[in-house]
Amino acid sequence: MANDHDETPNSNAGTTVEKYGEHNMPSPGTAVITSDEIENPGFEPFRPRVADLDPKKERAQERRVSGLFILSIIGTVFAIVAYIIFPIVPGDMGSVRNNNLFLGIGIALALLSLGIGAVHWSKSLMEGHDLVEQRHGTRGTDATRAKAVEVFELGNKESGFGRRALIRNTLIGALVVSPLPAVVLFRDLAPAEDPVELLKHTMWAKGVRLTRDPSGTPIRASDVTLGSAFHVIPEGLDESSHPLEEKAKASVLLMRLKPEDLTVSEGKEDWNYEGIVAYSKICTHVGCPVALYEQQTHHLLCPCHQSQFDIKREAEVIFGPAKRPLPQLPITVDDEGYLIARSDFTEPVGPSFWERKL
Amino acid sequence: MAKQPTPARRNRPAGRRHPLATVALILVGLLGTGGTYALFTSSASAETAAAAEAQIDEGSKLFAANCATCHGLDLQGSTQGPSLIGVGEASVDFQVGTGRMPLAATGPQGEQKPVQFTEEQTAALAAYVASLAPGPAIPDAEYLTGKGDVAEGAELFRINCAMCHNVAGAGGALTEGKFAPALSGVEAVHVYEAMVTGPQNMPVFNDDNITPEEKANIISYLAYLDETPSVGGFGLGNLGPVSEGLFIWIFGLGAIVGITIWLTAKSN
Repeated sequence: MANDHDETPNSNAGTTVEKYGEHNMPSPGTAVITSDEIENPGFEPFRPRVADLDPKKERAQERRVSGLFILSIIGTVFAIVAYIIFPIVPGDMGSVRNNNLFLGIGIALALLSLGIGAVHWSKSLMEGHDLVEQRHGTRGTDATRAKAVEVFELGNKESGFGRRALIRNTLIGALVVSPLPAVVLFRDLAPAEDPVELLKHTMWAKGVRLTRDPSGTPIRASDVTLGSAFHVIPEGLDESSHPLEEKAKASVLLMRLKPEDLTVSEGKEDWNYEGIVAYSKICTHVGCPVALYEQQTHHLLCPCHQSQFDIKREAEVIFGPAKRPLPQLPITVDDEGYLIARSDFTEPVGPSFWERKL
Repeated sequence: MAKQPTPARRNRPAGRRHPLATVALILVGLLGTGGTYALFTSSASAETAAAAEAQIDEGSKLFAANCATCHGLDLQGSTQGPSLIGVGEASVDFQVGTGRMPLAATGPQGEQKPVQFTEEQTAALAAYVASLAPGPAIPDAEYLTGKGDVAEGAELFRINCAMCHNVAGAGGALTEGKFAPALSGVEAVHVYEAMVTGPQNMPVFNDDNITPEEKANIISYLAYLDETPSVGGFGLGNLGPVSEGLFIWIFGLGAIVGITIWLTAKSN
């Protein structure tokens, strides 16, 4: 490409070089017409670099570039040597760390010096004038366009695609139908049961014992002393067909407060047992586990988005993006003194979903 | 004796033993040893009792001078501080032994600071508080060795502790200026006492919830975290996505911006 530096470059993209367009045509009359088009400032005047002026500096730059490339070679050799010197010893995690660290340092040094050397070379020593390369026009020539149409027509004629309607239509039909097995396959990935029902129910039911996570041992009401917090799973969770999925819905936090500290609304009087309350651990915002219990303020904090629930007032939301209180699990004790659920949660646990009626 | 003639034996009434002599002798012996034993032991227990008494006295004085302003002369508490009735030795040892008490200033929570009392003074305070009402005792050394089941400890830690203290024990924020402190370098005895007593806003994890053996395993997991270097390189405080994201935003993006400027700048 020609060195355009001294010429005024043309702002119009295209193959033709338009020296005098509509805007820069000299006016035939005597009136002075100023163009309101922003003038192309053109290139800054070429400023010779030190390497262009001083042969000593040029040689220094040359040495610098080759020095970077030598550094790259050193990096590569270092990587190979490091890999041999710091082998991965099975069972020793520290050896993995050293191996990765020094191998990585070597390779990073090799590649970075290579790249920096190449850029430095082009910036300081290669031809430094600015230039403009005009973009090609997007429209082909008429001859090219006519040729393309000709190729299509010939293809159509030889294959008979337009003429043999039966073949054409069955081909289109076959292509349309071919993705259908994917629909059947992917549809089958959805749960066999109605997901809405699955979201509405958990493993908790009347008489299911509250057990410790992870041991699954039942909890006596007397074990839960004032200020305690127990992480609870339903009895028999490990034997269920999908323990993790059930746990994700049925996780419960058990706390004991002074009974006089609790504000209990009508109809929920027998949901706590002598100040022992159980709340779903699944945040009603987006389902993070809420378990940061402060035993003096009786606030529960969700670590994801800082929603706060007040256990004294039935897990009412006092701060943050959650909109509904945490569902409470109604509990009581059985005749052996173990804590049991009175029923399942009376509302779906966790975040909102379309079919939720609340 | 068997060779002695029978008549000679009969003719010596003075040498003849009463049939009950053996019984009497045994009785005397028993009384003698038993009495001596009782005498010695009672004096020994009297000594320990006296020592304990002195310790409780010392504790009582320390308490009156340093704690009673807020917690009340009879541990009954006041508007400035909670009642200490029934908190036990473990609680006192934790609060005073980590420097949290006496409180430097009222605030969202009492923070760890240089310890104000010697070990003997702390023990005296603990003994005094425990003497007025029973409570959790200072844990046995067998649970504090840090040589338990690390894997089980880690699982229990993730379930019961990690939501506040962070899975790597790096601590984390709570509400309104409160925070769960970092656990690295905390003494095993203080970790145990914190679980048993639930200091400040931490819930109580009594022995019915997490057994002493399980607590020992949790302590072992924390010891393992302290001893094992992070194999993934820089831990960045193990604070999670926020600190790690900030790091890459500042240093990663900064490097990219710097390289871009250098790439497009003209060489002089």
